[in-house]
Amino acid sequence: MAGGQRVGRQTAPPMANIVQFENVGLRYGTGQETLSDLSFNLASGAFYFLTGASGAGKTSLLKLLYLAQRPSRGIIRLFGEDAVTMPRGRLPGFRRRIGVVFQDFRLIPHLSIADNIALPLRVAGVPEADVAGPVKEMLAWVGLGDRGAGRPATLSGGEQQRVAIARAVIGRPEILVADEPTGNVDPDMADRLLLLFDSLNRLGTTVLVATHDLHLLNRVPEAQMMRLDNGRLQDPTGGLLHPPGGRG
Amino acid sequence: MAHGTARLLDDARDGRAMVWVIAIMLFLTVLAAAMGLATRNAATALERSLAGRLTVQLTSGAPGVREAAGARLAARLRATPGVTRVTPVSRAALADLLRPWLGADSADPALPLPVMIDVDLADGALERVRAVVAQIAPGARIDAHATWMASVAGMLSLAMWLGAGLVGLMASATAMVVVLAARGGLEAHRATIEVMHMLGATDVQVARLFQRRIARDALVGGVIGGAAALALVAVIGARGAGLGSELLGGAGLGAGAWVTLVLLPFGFVLVAMAASRVAVTRALRRIL
Repeated sequence: MAGGQRVGRQTAPPMANIVQFENVGLRYGTGQETLSDLSFNLASGAFYFLTGASGAGKTSLLKLLYLAQRPSRGIIRLFGEDAVTMPRGRLPGFRRRIGVVFQDFRLIPHLSIADNIALPLRVAGVPEADVAGPVKEMLAWVGLGDRGAGRPATLSGGEQQRVAIARAVIGRPEILVADEPTGNVDPDMADRLLLLFDSLNRLGTTVLVATHDLHLLNRVPEAQMMRLDNGRLQDPTGGLLHPPGGRG
Repeated sequence: MAHGTARLLDDARDGRAMVWVIAIMLFLTVLAAAMGLATRNAATALERSLAGRLTVQLTSGAPGVREAAGARLAARLRATPGVTRVTPVSRAALADLLRPWLGADSADPALPLPVMIDVDLADGALERVRAVVAQIAPGARIDAHATWMASVAGMLSLAMWLGAGLVGLMASATAMVVVLAARGGLEAHRATIEVMHMLGATDVQVARLFQRRIARDALVGGVIGGAAALALVAVIGARGAGLGSELLGGAGLGAGAWVTLVLLPFGFVLVAMAASRVAVTRALRRIL
């Protein structure tokens, strides 16, 4: 890990590895490998930052993690199961256990903010009567309690990002993956977003935030850092292969 | 996820062209089906009316002998089992039939006319009639009406199958149009579908969105096209009945045919739903 200080709490009890990558490589088409020889484990309940320059492969790694892409080689185990050879029909069930915050939010523009947030519950088949309560709770949590009826286009970038976070976590995922969540917001908003991630992590969700904003790394002292350089993961201390665990 | 996701596909991204395409298809389909059904009815009526009908012609012998033989034959035929009606054709009726060719001469008493007897019979009585005719008037000729109307019946049968074929072709074309529309819809809503996939939506859930949309369009188009076609069929039917033609009268649509025509748009809705589901799930399989 370049600059590979492992900032995780050393005294935390070892937790089960919720994600395991072994010699994973990813190649798009016939080009060079975008990701090479990735081997790391993510402990359940831990907080991770994934850093690296633009083009280092952060988004590709996240895509492998949230099952938008299969690797060209190697083994990925999610929640203890082989995600590489997993039949296509089983992927939706696993995706529901992973919350994703996209860099470009990917809110559905013609749906209301509340309906955007409610989408994971509806996809999961939650009865309509049980949707409104959690949505209201999420809107309040991200500080948009009175904006549920509006459309995403009426919100600022930071507000849209908070809606995307609410949508990602409303289904209480076991892993939250965020791709450059602070890329389009001012520093104050970045801090507020990070607080949301931190509070979620304290509830037991494993959080992985991809960012090239090094200032963010100091905001969560317990977080561990992963660094990608040209598609290769730097892990000189071995902390990513043997993570110390979450917050317990 | 029916209620909350009903608006997931943005209406603004789809035109309403699909509704009008389906409306036109259903208009033509209902007309073709009506033609097929009416022709089938006409063929059935024709067959029913001709299958048990024949005419016996006595042409040989002196006029008096012919008429006496005709009277004897008519009497024997009336007593023959299976014969339901015996109608000697009067000389006046024959003169009427000849008038277009002979003019006033057709009524000339010296004109040598054959003795003709129309006979209606039940199934299986033809051989008995032949035996009676051979016994009473050996030189008489028997004309079964079904024989000389066979080509007309064949033509009607062809028209009926043509109608059925057109309905089949239209159903196939509708399915293809729906497949193209579904593929276009997938492209138009790709961003929404990707988000849904990432949130854990199954292919069936995504396909159901398109299926619902296409079913709605097909239903609206089907009702518009079907209703217009049914109205036109009703007008044509009323005009045909007004002509007083025996053949066109047989070509009318019964209650069963009308029910079939009314159900046709709903059948097409099912075809459209099935086609969209297959198209969308196949396309989604190419995405992880």
